[in-house]
Amino acid sequence: MFNRKVATVLAGLAFAAPALAYESTYNLPVGATDISARVYGLHMMMFWVCVAIAAVVFAAMIYSIWKFRKSTGAVADRTLTHSTNVEVVWTVIPVIILVATAIPAARTLIAMDDTRNSELTIKVVGYQWKWQYEYLGKGVSFYSTLATESNLARQLNSGIDPRTVKDYLLDVDHPLVVPVDTKVRLLLTGNDVIHSWWVPDFAVKKDTIPGFINEAWFKANRVGRFTGQCAELCGRDHGFMPIVVNVVPKAEFATWLATQQAAAKVAAGGADAPAAAPAATTTGTP
Amino acid sequence: MAHADTHAHGDHHDHHDHKPTGIGRWLFATNHKDIGTMYLVFALTMFLLGGVMAMLIRLELLQPGLQFFDPARYNSLVTSHALVMIFGGVMPAFVGLANWMVPLQIGAPDMALPRMNNYSFWILPFAFTLLLSSFFTAGGGPAGGWTLYPPLSLQAGESFPLTIFAIHLMGASSIMGAINVIVTILNMRAPGMTLLKLPLFCWTWLITAYLLIAVMPVLAGAVTMLLTDHYFGTSFFNPAGGGDPVMFQHIFWFFGHPEVYILILPAFGVVSEIIPTFSRKPLFGYDAMVYATASIAFLSFIVWAHHMFTVGMPLAGQMFFMMSTMLIAVPTGVKVFNWTTTMWRGSLTFEPPMLFALAFLFLFSIGGFSGLMLAIAPADYQYVLVPGAVFAIMAGVYYWLPKWSGRMYNMTLAKWHFWLSTISVNVLFFPQHFLGLAGMPRRIPDYSVQFTDWNVVSSIGGFAFGLSQLLFIAAIVHGVWYGKPATGKVWDADMHGLEWTLPSPAPYHSFEEAPEIH
Repeated sequence: MFNRKVATVLAGLAFAAPALAYESTYNLPVGATDISARVYGLHMMMFWVCVAIAAVVFAAMIYSIWKFRKSTGAVADRTLTHSTNVEVVWTVIPVIILVATAIPAARTLIAMDDTRNSELTIKVVGYQWKWQYEYLGKGVSFYSTLATESNLARQLNSGIDPRTVKDYLLDVDHPLVVPVDTKVRLLLTGNDVIHSWWVPDFAVKKDTIPGFINEAWFKANRVGRFTGQCAELCGRDHGFMPIVVNVVPKAEFATWLATQQAAAKVAAGGADAPAAAPAATTTGTP
Repeated sequence: MAHADTHAHGDHHDHHDHKPTGIGRWLFATNHKDIGTMYLVFALTMFLLGGVMAMLIRLELLQPGLQFFDPARYNSLVTSHALVMIFGGVMPAFVGLANWMVPLQIGAPDMALPRMNNYSFWILPFAFTLLLSSFFTAGGGPAGGWTLYPPLSLQAGESFPLTIFAIHLMGASSIMGAINVIVTILNMRAPGMTLLKLPLFCWTWLITAYLLIAVMPVLAGAVTMLLTDHYFGTSFFNPAGGGDPVMFQHIFWFFGHPEVYILILPAFGVVSEIIPTFSRKPLFGYDAMVYATASIAFLSFIVWAHHMFTVGMPLAGQMFFMMSTMLIAVPTGVKVFNWTTTMWRGSLTFEPPMLFALAFLFLFSIGGFSGLMLAIAPADYQYVLVPGAVFAIMAGVYYWLPKWSGRMYNMTLAKWHFWLSTISVNVLFFPQHFLGLAGMPRRIPDYSVQFTDWNVVSSIGGFAFGLSQLLFIAAIVHGVWYGKPATGKVWDADMHGLEWTLPSPAPYHSFEEAPEIH
């Protein structure tokens, strides 16, 4: 027996949950770039459009379920069988809504596609099951692998509670370091199978495909530590090759880069290489 | 049916009442009702098996850390869950409904090609034995995702040829079934049943059948290229040999997108039968519904690359596919509006078929909205497939089961099944929207600690949903063997459609003489 209380609960579920998402951390992040903010804006616009349409449509459904019940004496109006006018109206209005929402979406797509005038280019290579980053023209390259503490905890029946691990599954040994307010261009490829480099806070998700070079870019507008994960099933450890990007002030980046370059020279060998102070991170060996 | 001269037609008379018996009845079945029953039983079995896989997945995802499965084995669960549910559950279920109902609805004695119908069915248990046996090979079952992207899918071991052959067989079964549906509908309608008088379930199946014939061969081509790349030295998808992994994705999704419409159009058809019946009003906008279905089918061929937005498509490509994808929302919306208007100023009752059809309407719409929001893929597709296709199948079973078995199933069981399923399915899938938005990727066995809470909720919903299906089994068992006898009309409503002019259970041979259509 269908009653009004149940209908209200259903309606509440349908409306309340998205609203909760809006308030909590379980929504798309605004992120750390202008593009990610635009994507967030697009998402929320689309969301509210959908909520509005859903409100109308679900209201009609719920009203029908409540008002036109046989058990309360409703008699069917069998002459209500078709109406060309109404079909036209509810075809044309959705088209208008879609066109209206497509325009800002298209603009954002165009902006995301524009990789010109970048100040730093980094090559990203997806491996089973780690990332390799190379700062093109700077002589710095390293692998970025799941941090040891996470790696130990995630083993089957490890006995280690993941909640005791810092940044469980979102920590690596050698994070990607980039300067703030700098347009960074990424060249992405894959070594073995298709992976996908995804950092939600930058609104960047790009497949790394063997034999292809893909392009993406981001310009972080604040410092911070931003994480992501591989987004294309790539084998057993697909869930265990995260991405960590440290966005640092420009001066700090310059220092870091210089240290990396010095360490790279040392590693490359040569008796006359200066004895560099041990770097905070070392270049990985291929 | 009167037999005027029983003596002269003695042998002929015997054939009318004679049902084959024993195992031969099923192995050599050419009767659309028997074949329909076999498809439905097979689909239910596969649904339960796929459901067990889903429960295992949710079990692993209940807590962060790995408790039960090696990641490779988990990947094979994820892969097989999809393959079993799509190719073993939803598609055979809809073919089963088509087999049972299309001849009855058009006033035909059987499907046009009864022996081919038999082959179409019996291929399936064989195909799934192959697929599931791959779990017992050294490398375990296929683990590259049901989408089989190379190069990853080419890293599979012995499971690989088993999977590919199974897919080929399933495709052949689907193609043969589709041909049967088209030939039957176009050639065997009772006189007076013009195409624009065809019940909407038949319309949606007619259009689905064309989609199947168009795209199953494309899938066959794609997986054959995978096979030759793996074993015969070709380089279709191997960049080192001059090939292109992305080409696979294009070919696969050219199949894959129409495939999801293959999974949902018959559902639209079922719902279009049920809502008018229990609203006691004709379907609103019948012509518009037919044209909308045809538009969806046509548009489904030009949106495939919305599954490939991250591969590095040129801007023009992204624009085109984004626009065409948004466009498909229009005819789909038209259908939702028409169903709603069918209920408007109707006289509604809420028997189990109607409950499931209404849940479909709500939840499929939510799934559709999330699709519009440039979907978080797991939540979107699970919403349209489970509360969409699966609920529509359940609605169809609850609607037509008394016609098949001649007995009314226990309504209380069915209503409990409905409420528990509907609530738990939302608990299961709605939180996945949050997880995707918050950054949890798909197809992973473990996750970062901040995703725990919603995963726990989702897993609890999953276990509840799985357990609820036991009620479905109980209702079906009751309805087949123990229920009270049903009338020809079955439901206390205005029953339109030729199937309701027959007694329940429908006779083994029906419409041996074509009925008159008014």
